[in-house]
Order: sequence, then C-alpha cells, then structure tokens
Amino acid sequence: MSKQIFVITEHLRGKIDDVTYEMLGKGKELAAASGGELVAVLLGHNQKELANEFGAASKVIYADHEKLADFNPWMYAKIVSEIVAQQKPRVVLTAYSSMGIEVAPAVSVSQGISLTAYVSDLSIQDLKVSVVSQIYGGKMNIEAVDENESMIACVLPGSFPADAGKATGSPAVEDFAVSGLDESKIQFKKLIAPDKSDVDITQSEILVSVGRGIQSNDNLPMVEELATKLGGAVSCSRPIVDSKWMPKTRQVGKSGLKVKPKCYLALGISGAPEHIEGMKEADLVIAVNTDPKAPIFDYAHYGVVGDLFDIIPALSAKL
Amino acid sequence: MNIIVPIKQVPDLVEGLEIDESGKDLNREWIKLKLNEFDDHALEEALLLKEESGATVTAIAIDSQDIDKVLFTAAAKGADKIIKVTGNFGTTVTSHEAAKALANAISSMQYDLVLTGVQAVDDRDGQIAVLLANYLNVPHVSVVTGVSINGGAVSVMKEYGGGNVAEFECTPPLVLGIQAARQTPRYVPVAKVRQIMKSATLEEVAGGDVSVVAASTVQKFSFPTGGGSAQMIEGSAEEQANKIFELLKEKGIK
Repeated sequence: MSKQIFVITEHLRGKIDDVTYEMLGKGKELAAASGGELVAVLLGHNQKELANEFGAASKVIYADHEKLADFNPWMYAKIVSEIVAQQKPRVVLTAYSSMGIEVAPAVSVSQGISLTAYVSDLSIQDLKVSVVSQIYGGKMNIEAVDENESMIACVLPGSFPADAGKATGSPAVEDFAVSGLDESKIQFKKLIAPDKSDVDITQSEILVSVGRGIQSNDNLPMVEELATKLGGAVSCSRPIVDSKWMPKTRQVGKSGLKVKPKCYLALGISGAPEHIEGMKEADLVIAVNTDPKAPIFDYAHYGVVGDLFDIIPALSAKL
Repeated sequence: MNIIVPIKQVPDLVEGLEIDESGKDLNREWIKLKLNEFDDHALEEALLLKEESGATVTAIAIDSQDIDKVLFTAAAKGADKIIKVTGNFGTTVTSHEAAKALANAISSMQYDLVLTGVQAVDDRDGQIAVLLANYLNVPHVSVVTGVSINGGAVSVMKEYGGGNVAEFECTPPLVLGIQAARQTPRYVPVAKVRQIMKSATLEEVAGGDVSVVAASTVQKFSFPTGGGSAQMIEGSAEEQANKIFELLKEKGIK
C-alpha cells in the first residue's frame, strides 16, 4: 500500500488559493505520520514556476497543456484521475471549493476510491486514516475511519493554518504527459471579473451582516439604518443572495468574499462552514441568533441569544 | 429538450438535531425534513428553461420518507413528469448510493440536461451532481448560477470565490450542480398540490444495484464543541442592545 499523500493544488488568475497551503501544511504532517512523501499536483499552462510555491512538498507532479490554462471541470477531473490511477496515493487532499467539488467525486467514481467530504480534520496511523467531517451546516461532527487502499478527502477551507504549508523552494518537478483533451464537451469561454460598481465590503471596517433570520427583504431597511448609524456597510450570507434580496457583491463566505473588518455583526446567521470561511478573521464578531446552538457562537467573541427584530431597533435607537 | 431534476429531502436545521442511541446517526424519529434548498433552485431553473424553450421537466427522487408529497409538489410547480426510484434503501442513503440509483434509473431515459442541487447538508461522501455525472459517464459543471440554451449548445456560468465567474459552453447531455436559480424558487399553495395528487401519475422505476466501491466507516456523531468562544450577553433585548452598544464604544467603533 502506498504511503504517499497528494495535494491537488488550486490557482486562479495565477494566484495560489490559501486552501492549497492549508492542505500542504496538513499533508506534510500526514506524510510524516505515514512515512511517505508529500506530492503536490499542479495543472496549468506555462505555469511551472508555481511549483516553487510548493516547497512544503518533496515533489510536484506538473501537467501542462494549453487547455489546462484555465480550470475546466471535465479536463481537470480527467487528468487528476489519471495521475491518481498511476500512483494510488494513500490520501488525496482536495479542497471543498468550486474546483474541488468537481474533481473529488469524479476521481472517486472513475477510480473506485473512497471519498469523504466536508473534512475539518484528519490523521493517519499505521496507514489507517481517521477523518472528521463537519456536516449539517456545521452542526454535527462525524468521525469516520478509512481503511481502504486509497482515499480522497475534500477539505473545508480554513480548517488548517496556511502558514504551515507556506515554504518556497525548488521541489523536484515531474512532468505528466497530457493527452486526450480534444474531445471535450465542455469548453472554457471566459473568466468574468467581480463586479466593482458596488460598495467593496472587503474595505469596510464595520459590517452589519444578515442571514436567513431576516426572513424577508422587507426587513432589510432596518438593517441598512443600523449600518448607516454605525458608519458601516451591509453584508450577508449566501441564502440572502440566492434569494436575490442582495447583490453578490455583498456576500461573505465561500462563493462570496473574505472579509476582515474591525467589527462584524452577524445577525440571524447560523454560521455554516461556508460562511465562517469568509469572516473568521474579523477582529470583533458579535452574533445575534435565536438558536443557542448556532455554530456562529463558536466563532463569535460575543453572542446574544435573541430575536434580531428586537435587538436591531433597540441598538439603532441608542446610536 | 428533456431536463431531469433529481431532488431530495434533508433535515431542517432550524430544528435541533439529536443523536440516536448507536451514536452513529441522527435520531430520525421526530426529525423534520424539508426539500434540499439547492434542489429547489435546480427545479426552479429547470422550470424557467421550460418556460423559455418548451423543455420537458422530469422530477425524480429516491424513495424515502414523505417523498411522494415532495414529488407532487414539484408537479404542482410545473414538472411534467414525476418519478420515484425504488429499491432496498436504508434510512440513510449515501451520496454514492443515491447517485448510482439515480444513474441506473436515468440512463434508460432520454435526457439533455440533469439539474440538481450543488450540495446538501448531509452529503458526507461527496455531492450528488458530480457523482451522478460520473456514473452516467457524461460531463458536469457544478456551482452553477446561470444556464442558457443556445440552439444545441448550453452556456453555463460557474462561480468561484471572490465573485469570479467562469463561462463554459457545453454540449449536452450533461449534469449541472445548481447553486442558485435566476430567481427565487416559486411557491405553490397546498391546495394546488392536493389537486395535482388526484390527476398526476407518480411513476416508479427500480434503482437497481447500488453497491458501491470503497467508503469510510462512520464511528461517531458528536456536536461540535468549537471554540465555544462567545461570551454570552444575557438580559432583555433592551439590556442586550445596551451591552452591544457599550462594547462598540469600548472597542472604539462607536
């Protein structure tokens, strides 16, 4: 059985995503425990120099092709599957991200290997892998063991420190021969940049952020009033954007923006891992939620179990 | 164009979750279920495509608690056909098993697009959209927020973090994992669901062999202790608001 640990790296517009360093840091720890080597897998075009960012790994497998310049779900899944099939590593780490969510299940089915998602922690002993998943919106931890030959873990961003995986150097680069990308039924057309016409919430020092608890867009004016009085901006969690109550530019979290304000007021936000990923660096987090078990209270500095429809007007009145 | 929409129910997280006696599953006796919100968005997007281009929409679900009503609700919203996939499913069906049963059922149907939710709160072993695409051996795009049909091609918008979006041009058949429909999923009154229950036919299709390859084995469910970091502010709403105000002042924010 292989002792290798693989990390499927991610980059967008030439920039490595932090979750890649988080996985490399964790991967290094796993490789030390398994007695195998840590291998970073990099796909791209004319981007070999990115391998130097992966000094934490002892080797980088690099697949270069003009069609891999931008992420393509079918092509990336196909190439990663081929690399995994060739090496059968004990553990493959992918991110629970827009890219990882396409690659991990595809590799699992095509290679017949086990997949565990929403992973917040994992360890390895005698090649037996213990893995913790955070599911039900972060409200439940599930511990599992994997005793298979090979497994994929789809890792929640923000679970491990990125610094542990940040080491520049010149790891050995092994080129992977790419072929068979001509038949793709999925063609990348273009990358559209974020809308810059709205308030940039990443620059706001104070964010009044609302979630599902706001119940209706009719209730947004009182939130705006509070934000104005505090000299801040209104942001929100994903369901509010999916409901079209607020624009995408205001969304905090996985598919939205990462923010680091001086103060983050989380009103009616339960704190699913996807949201926490975007706001846990805030200097001061005050959360208001009716559910005392809401995961947001595990990340907030101060918590109020209460109804935001009582708290917002009462606070506004004081300002 | 034929669009198939796999949907499922998940525990409603507004209710508290309990762990059962085995310690390896939820206590499902009193659990309140609701349609996976992302599947609701997938259904909405399919219905919008139907309204635009005259597609036929089929909602399909694995046999499970109260699923008939969920499927009839989909019919009341505008699905042309509803199908229940039957088989020997336990109380919990893994994502791999569900995807395989769906693939077994769907592979014999005529379809161009499969639209399903990007994720569900309970898919511990991966998300159904991409698993299903791979069991069907067709391409996939997930985290989709826009779909448009241009003749034989399908243009798809996929979201990354930080507000970046990529556009792909795809040739059907393919599976899309829907993050959000173009508009809020429609609501349908209960009376209309009751009415459709009398007229619509709920088809049944066997899920076939759902044995899948390797998986990790669940050992234990537990409530996250997290940091448990928040210092709780007690009192009446007025008192709590006062405390927040004091805190903001103290930190130099107000």
